[in-house]
This record gives sequence, C-alpha cells and structure tokens, in this order.
Amino acid sequence: MEHKFLEEKIAKVLMIAATSLVFIIVADILFTILQKGLPAINWDMITKTPEGGYYNGGGGGVLNAIVGSLYIVLGSAFLGLLVSIPVVFYLNVYLTKNSRLAYIARLAFDVMFGIPSIVYGAFAFTIMIYLGMRTSLGGGILVITLLIIPIFIRSMDEVARQLPGDLLDATYALGATKLETIKVVLRQIAPGIATATLLSVGRAIGDAAGVMFTAGFTDSIPTSLDQPAATLPLSVFFQLSSPLAEVQDRAYASALILTIIVLFISILGRLITNRFSKHKI
Amino acid sequence: MTIQLFGSHALKTEISDSQFYHNQFFSKNESESTNSFPENKTVYKLKNSNLQVKGLNVYIQKNHILKDVNLEIPDKKITCIIGPSGCGKSTLLKTFNRLIDDTEGVKTEGEILIDGVNIFDKNTEITSIRKKMGLLSQRPCPLPMSIYDNIAYGCKIHGIHGKKRLNVIVEEQLKAVGLWNEVKDRLNAPATKLSIGQQQRLCLARGLAVEPEFILADEATSALDPISSKHIEELFVELKHEYAIILVTHTLRQALRIADHVVFMYLGEVIEEGPADEVFNNPKQELTRKYLEGAFS
Repeated sequence: MEHKFLEEKIAKVLMIAATSLVFIIVADILFTILQKGLPAINWDMITKTPEGGYYNGGGGGVLNAIVGSLYIVLGSAFLGLLVSIPVVFYLNVYLTKNSRLAYIARLAFDVMFGIPSIVYGAFAFTIMIYLGMRTSLGGGILVITLLIIPIFIRSMDEVARQLPGDLLDATYALGATKLETIKVVLRQIAPGIATATLLSVGRAIGDAAGVMFTAGFTDSIPTSLDQPAATLPLSVFFQLSSPLAEVQDRAYASALILTIIVLFISILGRLITNRFSKHKI
Repeated sequence: MTIQLFGSHALKTEISDSQFYHNQFFSKNESESTNSFPENKTVYKLKNSNLQVKGLNVYIQKNHILKDVNLEIPDKKITCIIGPSGCGKSTLLKTFNRLIDDTEGVKTEGEILIDGVNIFDKNTEITSIRKKMGLLSQRPCPLPMSIYDNIAYGCKIHGIHGKKRLNVIVEEQLKAVGLWNEVKDRLNAPATKLSIGQQQRLCLARGLAVEPEFILADEATSALDPISSKHIEELFVELKHEYAIILVTHTLRQALRIADHVVFMYLGEVIEEGPADEVFNNPKQELTRKYLEGAFS
C-alpha cells in the first residue's frame, strides 16, 4: 500500500478514537447522573423548596435553586447581550481591520475569557462590601454577566469578522449610515449571536464559584433583586457534601435537573438558530 | 469653438461638433515613445453632465493610485471604464460614492462634483451622495433578508415606511428589472434562494428603489453566466434613458456592445476618453490602440 494511503488510514483511526473518547466521557457522566439521580428524583424535587432539615434527609425539593439559577441566567444573558452587541458592532463596523484599539480590546477580552469565575466572584464581592450590599440575586446576576461578557463578545466577534465587506459596501451604497447597517449586520451574524448565547448560558448556569459569595444561598425563592438566591450548582455542592447517602443521591437528582435544563436550552437554541440563519448570505 | 490653455499640462477645449474631436493636437503624442504618457489631456465640456471629476488624486498608503484624473460623465448614457487590471478603475468607481473612505490610509485630492456639489466638501452629507448612486458590485450581494425587504430596506432608511407605498415600490422596481414574474409568489423567501443572475437583478432593483441618478457597476456581469450577463446588459441599455450608468468592465466586447462613452485608464491615469465609436475605431493614443488590439490586458 502506498505511503499516503497508510497515513490517511492512521489519521482516520486517530480521529475516530478522539471523537469516541469525547463521546464516552459525556456518556459516562450522563450515565452516572442518571443511575444515581433517577431513583432519587420525584415531583417534590422540582415543585418544592427545601423544608426544615432538607440537607439532613428532610422533605422538600430544590425549586429554590432551579428558580434562582434561571433568574440569574436570564438576567445575565440579557445584560450580557445588551453590553456585547454594541461592543461587537463597534469593533467590526466602526473600527478598521487593523485598528490598534480593536487589537487591544480583543486581547483584553481574551484575557477576561481566561479568568476563573472565583476571581470574578471575589472581585464582585469586594465591590459589594464597599457598596454595603448583601449577597443577593442582583449581585449574582452582575457577576455572571461579567463572567459571560467575554464569551459573548469573542464568539460573536469571530462571526462578525467574517462579515463580507461587500455586504457593508452594498448597505452604505444605499445611503445607510454606519448605525443603520446594524439591522443588516445583526441578521447576518444572528447564528453567531445564538451560538454565543448558548455557550454563555451553559457557562452561566453551571457556574458555582462566581455566585458563591455574591448570590449567596437560601432556601426560599427570591422575590426581589436584593434578596439572596440559591443556584443549582451550589445546591448540588451542599447536598453532595452531606454524609447521608440519601441526600447525596438528591445531589445527583439536582445535577440531572441541571443537565436537562442545559439540554433543553441547547435544543431550543439550535431551533432558533436555524430559524434565524435562513437569510444569511 | 473656444480653446483655452490651462497651465502647461491641461488643454481644455469645448467641443461643439464631433469632427473636432479627432483633434490634431495629439498627433505628436502618437509618434512619441509608446511607454510615455501624453503630457496633454483633453477635458471637453459635455452639454449634459452631472458628474465632473477635477484633478482627482487618490493615494492609498502612500501609493499613488489615481493620478490627476479629469473626467466628465455624460448623463443618460452608458460610460464604460476600461483598462488593464490594477489601473484604478474600481478605485475611481469607489471614489465616486466615497466608499473609498473606509479604506485604510486613503487620501484624496481634487474635486468630484455631483450636481455641482463637491463630494469631498466637509458639509456634504455622504449618505445623500450615496443615495444618488446605485451600486452594483462584481458578485451580487443581497442583504440577509427576504426579497421584499431587500428592496424595502433602502426606502425605509430614507424615511418611506407606509406599507402600501412600499408594496408599490417593490413591485415597480422588480418589474423594472424583469424579476417580478419570477418572484411575485415568494416575496418573503430569503433573497439567497434566488439564482445568482436573479440576485444581481435584485441588487439592481434594490439600488433603483432609492431613486438614484447614477448606476455604478463594478464588473457587474463578470460573475454571471452568459444569459444572466446578457440580461443585465439589456437592462443597462434600457435604463440609460433614465440614469447615467458607469460601468467598469474587463470585457472589451461588453464595452463594444453597450458603451456610449469610453474612458481608458492605465496605471492610474486616464489615457483617453470619448464617445465609444471614436475611441474604438479611431483611438488617438498609442496605448489605447495597443490595449484595444489586445497587446496587453
């Protein structure tokens, strides 16, 4: 057999092996969660807040954490988009390709991307102390927003950089100002916005360290921004720390709920992406 | 007929009869070395022109791209800008609607007058200039929207919002480019679903919808199949009764077919310009003749 065909075969086997490895890891995680969580899951888990002694095997559920997590994710995704879209638009429409400012900004976002969430948490915590704020839903939303802004910006930016120059020229040629091109730009990068949102939401909902100091933890559902809020990852953590096997199993059940929420958001995101990308040129 | 001398290198002649056009001033240039550019350039007054270029120089990052360009573009005619690759044809076209502004390190000198207004003037609103100039690029570039919205978009940014009014405009412009019957049942389909030739006609209709005076076409048929290409050419011939069409083209045969007025450029300079039959049948410059004979391209 010729040399290059052998190479082709070996490369193919290695690629299949790598893909399988990823697949096996995901399957194993899902299997563990399902195996341990499924028996413990029940209607109470998702419809009730913890009752007295929940963490020692008492009744109730993790509705507080489910709602808390959703509040934080929705709030921060909204704020994140509000900040990132103008940044991406400015970087790609107003600044030229070789602009120094754009270069520095992108570098800064890359650095922010790599900062661990516990650092964001600690940073936000010092600010909250300075402002005299308690741990609260608002604090949690702010720190998660900080955490996901770089994800939003960098993943949208990658798509926006592929904007065809002809498209902007065509829009300008109709007499559009730079600001008026936003409708065209947003439509063109819509799939990128959807992907960025999915990545951000995935990161936001699974983050425990950032919200630990800022959102706090509580057994009740927050009714305003200045009340503390529970989150699913922290709920998993507290239940898993329990010496009781029964409570540990509930941790897996909570993880299962978290996974299902992420899965649901992903599928929804894909559907929306497909809808939005039909006009993309 | 008056002849005025402007400095040492510009001869301005007002032409009233076309015979004079073969003017004798240039015979001496023809006998000169073929590589040297003519010292004298004609700038002749057209009776009907809303676009004049005066002493235009464009530099991009210290490269001198356009060198002292003086031109008048006739109204309601097809002007073809021909010349070898890299001669500045597209740059000139992009300068007309100031799309060149977004190029990094660009510097312009001179004037371009559109309806008597210098487009480089600080007080000139760039969007109003661009509105007057429909652009048709090399590859059709529909907006990422439906067929309907592609045409309505331009109207909306210029303040036309009424649904009824927009419906009329969309139908009118699609009919103007012969696309109406092909798309009237799927106006809400994405524009990208159209064939490439249809997309180019849609782009033309989109440009016409904002009521321009000029149509700038940058090798607008080079990405199209022969039939679509012919279709666009026929549209140009039809549309020239209402618009001044400026077409940059690489295909001499295309220029021969549809040009009323020809501008030949070489290395950033306008070597020769004039009515198409004059330039094609009786080029005054050696360079033009060589280019037309296919000595270089």
